[in-house]
Amino acid sequence: MPLQQVAPVLSNIQIAEGIFLLTLESKEIAQLARPGQFVNIRSTDGSLPFLRRPFSISHVHEDSIDLMFNIVGQGTRMMASRRVGDTLDVLGPLGKPFGYEAHFETAILVGGGLGVAPFPLLTRYLKKHSKKITTFLGARTSRHIVSTNLENIQIATDDGSSGFHGTVVSSLESYWGSHALPGPKIFGCGPTPMLRALSETAQKLHIACELSLEGDMACGVGLCQGCPVETTKGERKYALVCIEGPTFNCNDIILR
Amino acid sequence: MVKESFTLRGVEFKNRVLVASGTFGYGNEVKELVDVNLLGGICTKSLSWKPRDGNPPRRIVETPSGMLNSIGLANVGVEYFIREKLPYLRTVETVIIANIAASSLQEYGDVLSLLEKQEGIDGYEINVSCPNVKEGGLSFGTDCAKTKEITASLRRRTEKPLIIKLTPNVTHISEFARAVQEAGADAISVINTVVGMAVDIHKKKPKLSTVTGGLSGPAIKPIALAKVYEAAQVVSIPIIGIGGIMTAEDALEFLLVGATAVQVGTANFIDPSTGVKVAEGMRSYAERYGVSDLGQLVGAMESNKEFSVLQSWL
Ligand SMILES: Cc1cc2nc3c(=O)[nH]c(=O)nc-3n(C[C@H](O)[C@H](O)[C@H](O)COP(=O)(O)OP(=O)(O)OC[C@H]3O[C@@H](n4cnc5c(N)ncnc54)[C@H](O)[C@@H]3O)c2cc1C
Ligand SMILES: Cc1cc2nc3c(=O)[nH]c(=O)nc-3n(C[C@H](O)[C@H](O)[C@H](O)COP(=O)(O)O)c2cc1C
Ligand code: FES
Repeated sequence: MPLQQVAPVLSNIQIAEGIFLLTLESKEIAQLARPGQFVNIRSTDGSLPFLRRPFSISHVHEDSIDLMFNIVGQGTRMMASRRVGDTLDVLGPLGKPFGYEAHFETAILVGGGLGVAPFPLLTRYLKKHSKKITTFLGARTSRHIVSTNLENIQIATDDGSSGFHGTVVSSLESYWGSHALPGPKIFGCGPTPMLRALSETAQKLHIACELSLEGDMACGVGLCQGCPVETTKGERKYALVCIEGPTFNCNDIILR
Repeated sequence: MVKESFTLRGVEFKNRVLVASGTFGYGNEVKELVDVNLLGGICTKSLSWKPRDGNPPRRIVETPSGMLNSIGLANVGVEYFIREKLPYLRTVETVIIANIAASSLQEYGDVLSLLEKQEGIDGYEINVSCPNVKEGGLSFGTDCAKTKEITASLRRRTEKPLIIKLTPNVTHISEFARAVQEAGADAISVINTVVGMAVDIHKKKPKLSTVTGGLSGPAIKPIALAKVYEAAQVVSIPIIGIGGIMTAEDALEFLLVGATAVQVGTANFIDPSTGVKVAEGMRSYAERYGVSDLGQLVGAMESNKEFSVLQSWL
């Protein structure tokens, strides 16, 4: 059950190049949140930007939630300028959580860029359920890596400044060839082209795979029909990312 | 106590704020966030005979003070609606208006007649003005004779309130307003979205998959006010004002230019309880100015009649 709250900013710090960690006070959302869910944030009291912006719940504490974001446009620029004591209007937690309880032994977390955002909370839940974890992170350079509250990290960078030189998906493939990851399930999050590549790899290697999708949203709660993704399940052509996702089994969707 | 209610063909609305079709799902999506019983009414997402998948992504684009959409009337279809969505709506203590969209006169009639047999629908709003579908949609809503024909034909099928939702994408909305009044409509909803577009300069492509879409939100409020005002000059049936309403102040502007009631649309995406807050704000305004019945505000704007809306365009 989602809530709408005006949440005070407890801290807002830059943790990597252009990447911010924003902590908002909300005991209620902190208690309800499950890994893979998101909040929809109103970054202004005025009408620019007009709509809310969706962000994964990165981590939760006793009475606060963490969001991780980078500045891409007006909304995130305004969020970056929020100081301790300012407030933000938050709607959440929204969406369907990752299937962290399902029957598997090793969780393979694969995050491209800010796709790492939901992994700290996911890691906590996976550990609680005694799963083994290996985390693959991809970033542009070593300066863009965020790796706090994660386990067994394998890094890939586009420029080779740290770890594997190449994409996060190719780093997973190369690791897979030389390491044993028993009873695996992939949890992927990142830009759509990366998720498409990951989905192909998972299908090729016969690994169960769940993806958290990005995309345009207006309402985040199923009112507008603005967030379709093509689905292979059932009679309908599209599923709604905001309420039927953002997490999907990779076999159930077609990414274009 | 301020009188907030109004009636339409015997159906009483507890206040003058409804939520607009396509912006409030089927009412149950946000029941934990809003007390929908405090709304004057709920207009359902447009219903068609068969379920519709809707348009491919991208379906929404934010624009200055508004948004473009090309949902393409994605909806569950009338049978599924009756089976899965209507039972909840029956438990809600507010007026339920079924919005109908179709691609032929026959389909409009079939959907309405099937809904007529059900408990829990208080009235109909007919969408002849969706800019986002190939068949029907705007091609009906911009054809005055066709709009009139649909109205007359549906009038014969129901004794419940029949509201026709008009498009602003015509030269003179007043002609359409007059035509549907003559054909027996009980009210008109003014306006549906305004045709618009946005371009991705990096890809050199339209941002929406359908190239053009419907603009909504505060960006269209001045257009909507002028359309309501224009229609109010020529019809005596109630007008439901729609377009960019975010606050009670916005809604009051619509009443003053001639709307009997209003609908809140896009604002629900930002705050699903906007409708409830707008109704509250209208009440406070009435108390502040000693207005005993909000109906007294309808068309109460004082204006210089020399500048009639039609003349001032010439
Ligand atoms: C479920 C979900 C969870 C998300 N979680 C996070 C998160 O944890 N951290 C984070 O930083 N971002 C996340 N995002 C993306 C985030 O919502 C967008 O970055 C944000 O809306 C941008 O807002 P803006 O006003 O700053 O930019 P805008 O002005 O809206 O956009 C600036 C530019 O970025 C592009 N853009 C905007 N949104 C997206 C997007 N979703 N994907 C690709 N390009 C986009 C636009 O086309 C435009 O060119 C998530 C999105 C979804 C749907
Ligand atoms: C995403 C979206 C979907 C809509 N779907 C419908 C619809 O199915 N039927 C309809 O009659 N109007 C539909 N509309 C139009 C609204 O009901 C309303 O007339 C319009 O958005 C203007 O009001 P607003 O500025 O308050 O949103 C839709 C609008 C939006 C933004
Ligand atoms: S964002 Fe509105 S339905 Fe998904």
